[in-house]
Amino acid sequence: MDRRERQKHIRNFSIIAHIDHGKSTLADRILELTGALSSREMEAQFLDSMDLERERGITIKLNAVRLQYKAKDGQEYILHLIDTPGHVDFTYEVSRSLAACEGALLVVDAAQGIEAQTLANVYLALDNNLEIIPIINKIDLPSAEPERVKQEVEDVIGLDASDACLTSAKAGIGIEDVLEAVVTKIPAPEGDPDAPLQALIFDSYFDPYRGVIASVRIVNGTMRKGMKIKMMATNKTFEVTEVGTSTPHQTPVEELTVGDVGYVAASIKTVGDTRVGDTITDASRPAAEPLPGYRKINPMVFCGLYPIDTSEYNDLREALEKLQLNDASLQFEPETSQALGFGFRCGFLGLLHMEIIQERIEREFNIDLITTAPSVIYRVTQTNGEVLEIDNPSKMPPVQKIEQIEEPYVTATVMVPKDYVGDVMQLCQGKRGEFLDMQYLGENRVQLKYDIPLSEIVYDFFDLLKSGTKGYASFDYEMAGYKPSKLVKMDILLNGEVVDALSFIVHKDSAYGRGKVICEKLKELIPRQQFEVPIQAAIGHKIVARETISALRKNVLAKCYGGDISRKRKLLEKQKEGKKRMKAVGSVEVPQEAFMAVLRMDDKK
Amino acid sequence: MPPKSVYIHIPFCTNKCYYCDFNSFVTNNPQLIWDYLDALRAEMELTFARTPAEEIETIFVGGGTPTFLDQRQMQAFLEIVQAHLGDRLAPGYEWSMEANPGTTDYDKLSLMRSFGVNRLSFGVQSFDDRLLKRLGRIHDVSDVYASLENAVRAGFDNLSIDLMFGLPDQTLEMFRESLGKALELPLSHLSVYSLKVEENTLFHTLYQKDQLPLPTEEVELEMYLTLIDTMEKSGLHMYEISNFARPGKESRHNKTYWLNNDYYGLGAGAHGYVDGWRHVNAGPLAIYTRMAHEGLPRVEGFAVSDSEAMEDQMILGLRLREGVDKARFAARFGRTIEAEFGSIVAEELAKGMLEETASHLRLSKRALPLGNEVFARFLRD
Repeated sequence: MDRRERQKHIRNFSIIAHIDHGKSTLADRILELTGALSSREMEAQFLDSMDLERERGITIKLNAVRLQYKAKDGQEYILHLIDTPGHVDFTYEVSRSLAACEGALLVVDAAQGIEAQTLANVYLALDNNLEIIPIINKIDLPSAEPERVKQEVEDVIGLDASDACLTSAKAGIGIEDVLEAVVTKIPAPEGDPDAPLQALIFDSYFDPYRGVIASVRIVNGTMRKGMKIKMMATNKTFEVTEVGTSTPHQTPVEELTVGDVGYVAASIKTVGDTRVGDTITDASRPAAEPLPGYRKINPMVFCGLYPIDTSEYNDLREALEKLQLNDASLQFEPETSQALGFGFRCGFLGLLHMEIIQERIEREFNIDLITTAPSVIYRVTQTNGEVLEIDNPSKMPPVQKIEQIEEPYVTATVMVPKDYVGDVMQLCQGKRGEFLDMQYLGENRVQLKYDIPLSEIVYDFFDLLKSGTKGYASFDYEMAGYKPSKLVKMDILLNGEVVDALSFIVHKDSAYGRGKVICEKLKELIPRQQFEVPIQAAIGHKIVARETISALRKNVLAKCYGGDISRKRKLLEKQKEGKKRMKAVGSVEVPQEAFMAVLRMDDKK
Repeated sequence: MPPKSVYIHIPFCTNKCYYCDFNSFVTNNPQLIWDYLDALRAEMELTFARTPAEEIETIFVGGGTPTFLDQRQMQAFLEIVQAHLGDRLAPGYEWSMEANPGTTDYDKLSLMRSFGVNRLSFGVQSFDDRLLKRLGRIHDVSDVYASLENAVRAGFDNLSIDLMFGLPDQTLEMFRESLGKALELPLSHLSVYSLKVEENTLFHTLYQKDQLPLPTEEVELEMYLTLIDTMEKSGLHMYEISNFARPGKESRHNKTYWLNNDYYGLGAGAHGYVDGWRHVNAGPLAIYTRMAHEGLPRVEGFAVSDSEAMEDQMILGLRLREGVDKARFAARFGRTIEAEFGSIVAEELAKGMLEETASHLRLSKRALPLGNEVFARFLRD
């Protein structure tokens, strides 16, 4: 088929949805209906291929598949489905997948209606000029109210929902309607197959055999094996060794041309050479301009990652490099802690992102980590007028040199059934939130807006919000700039020495209370040592709280049971195993959890 | 060289003490005991056919309660041992049997003595009747005096008792009293253990329900320090973390373990260390009995690597008050302790947990109550 003719039969789309509204199930049904997977291969939720994703029921990394669909008009279409993550931390990834599409399916739960994250992703899609097809899912639930939800889509988002698809992905209802809507409503890709190559890299990963594999969307031109290509941001050139598509198994093809979504391998060895968001062009006939990249999203949450075993420092660096390859939002730079040795200060989009990176390093790279409590970037104006950006509490200048400290605020949008409005307001106020706005969305649901310090959000806001509203609240936030705050740095001393990795920044009014709670918490977490260990919380030179871990007095095995040496060994091994996840800070053995103790300060309330 | 020590397990008791998780069974069916003795005979035959004993220096019969056997059963048991080992006993051998003050009488003890048993170890545990009851022991303090007297009368002059501390509601004063009473007896040896609450015991259940009022760690430590002090003053020197003896009366059998030497292990659930192999026998009676007639009744066995043996040598040897013999270590492994564990030893020396003599490396006095903290360091990852 002629390239231009073929191009008319390509449709590229994503699915956007709030977590649990049925996105993955819908994707599975689409794969099933188009025969992309035989039923034998049909593994529940194929697109979520990372173990971690399946366990947590969320999508983190985007995946793209090519599907063949014979539409009711009798024509064969090529559909590229590009998956997107739903969590607020991964807005950046969503914007990447949306940039590779012409349309998006907006999946809304027929019982729950629109949630805060759905809204955020819809706005992203609208920003990208995507055609949006509303889908009301889970219509077979007894509590489903498709008409009300349609109305909500019209009222809240301003989309015409009159011909929204009504589906139950779980029961397989309405799936064909969805595919028909994709074919008829989403425009075919524009672009010129004969123009110089412009391919957008929207994802990449490292394959030990083939080097870096980049996922691309061809916007103009054609790419084939043997071709010399150039990365427009880095100016590096490579020879293409393979192009192909995921069906969803990787299948090499002759060429990728306008509208195609596929992968390219070109013996690229260094991770840094393929930047997500970069444009690939033809080295011998380069395009004049790169495609617009992505809006670079800056990390908002920072923490230190340190290998427990100091000899694994280089392994940790490699792990971070590999993860960064397809997660450009992950930032890291070397740092040194007196307490923890050599490690990295890493920047994340949010707390979930941080947890996932940490877990992936431990699981996929087998490196045991110490993670310090997360911090945001504070802006500190010194008395000499100099302004510092502090992402690590231990770097805070001494009090007498500080003119003022500003901290980042976010505007938080919470959607919640009206019965919980009181609880949400109480929570927001407890987190130093400033009320902005309250609106009724229909009869029963309320949208609340607050300005809240980001540092309060990164701790446990989301968990408290969920537990305080029986899971009914949904939440999204955007940056709202910096505001001055009465903040102080609190140091923790173990055995009389400041442990830099335990320092944190806290609002002056709650400093005493927090100091006390964290000392108590550390006393619980740090096992007794062979000597007495005082724990102190201090602001500057002033001690505000103190606890003491009494010394371990007696630990010796009694009898040898008829020569049962292995029993003795097992006991000692168990004891030793416990110590493995500990870090020696000075002469004190500190377990990993202690470094996160600041996070869990609210347990005791 | 084949092992010079033999451990034999007799897994029967009149009842189960509340803290005990040893391999022992309560039965009143004599046939089970006869079947067991038969199986033991079979295991001995096969064991000594495979690895013939040359010279046996120590035998230790433990339990359970070896003296649970009645006169006829005891006779049969002793005959089995004599048949296999009687002509192998080295001059000056040590043959210990564990005994329960509630299950010994003069005739049984005489019988044991007549077969060559020359050391008894009584499970006394305490000189406080209320505490004994609390532990689920079947004997009372008067039984202790009676059996000790019988033992002396039967010709035993190498007597040891076991005591315990850290018992529910036990005070330092109560423990001191027990020690004092023990020292009035004609003993050459004392083993004093702190109570450890093991899983699958009544004590563990109580402990989990918070119904086991154990002394605090501070008090337990006081008890231990009192023990060491009292023993030293009474001429019983501490030769191991829990063991005290008059000069020359250290338990040579137990030292086999601490020196990381090999030993035959016979009977249900017994552990052995023969020819570089550690093995474990089937524990449950029926299984042991059946397996012993079909071959060696092993349920586990593994070759001890040099690396592991070196760890064992340290962990076990440091329990001895004299510590680990440096020259002996080097001769055995062809590597010095310094070469193998240099940095750990240096750190622990610096912390004051280890100390070095010309010939040995040992725990410091301060480290005695914290031995595990030091031992664990010698386990490699």
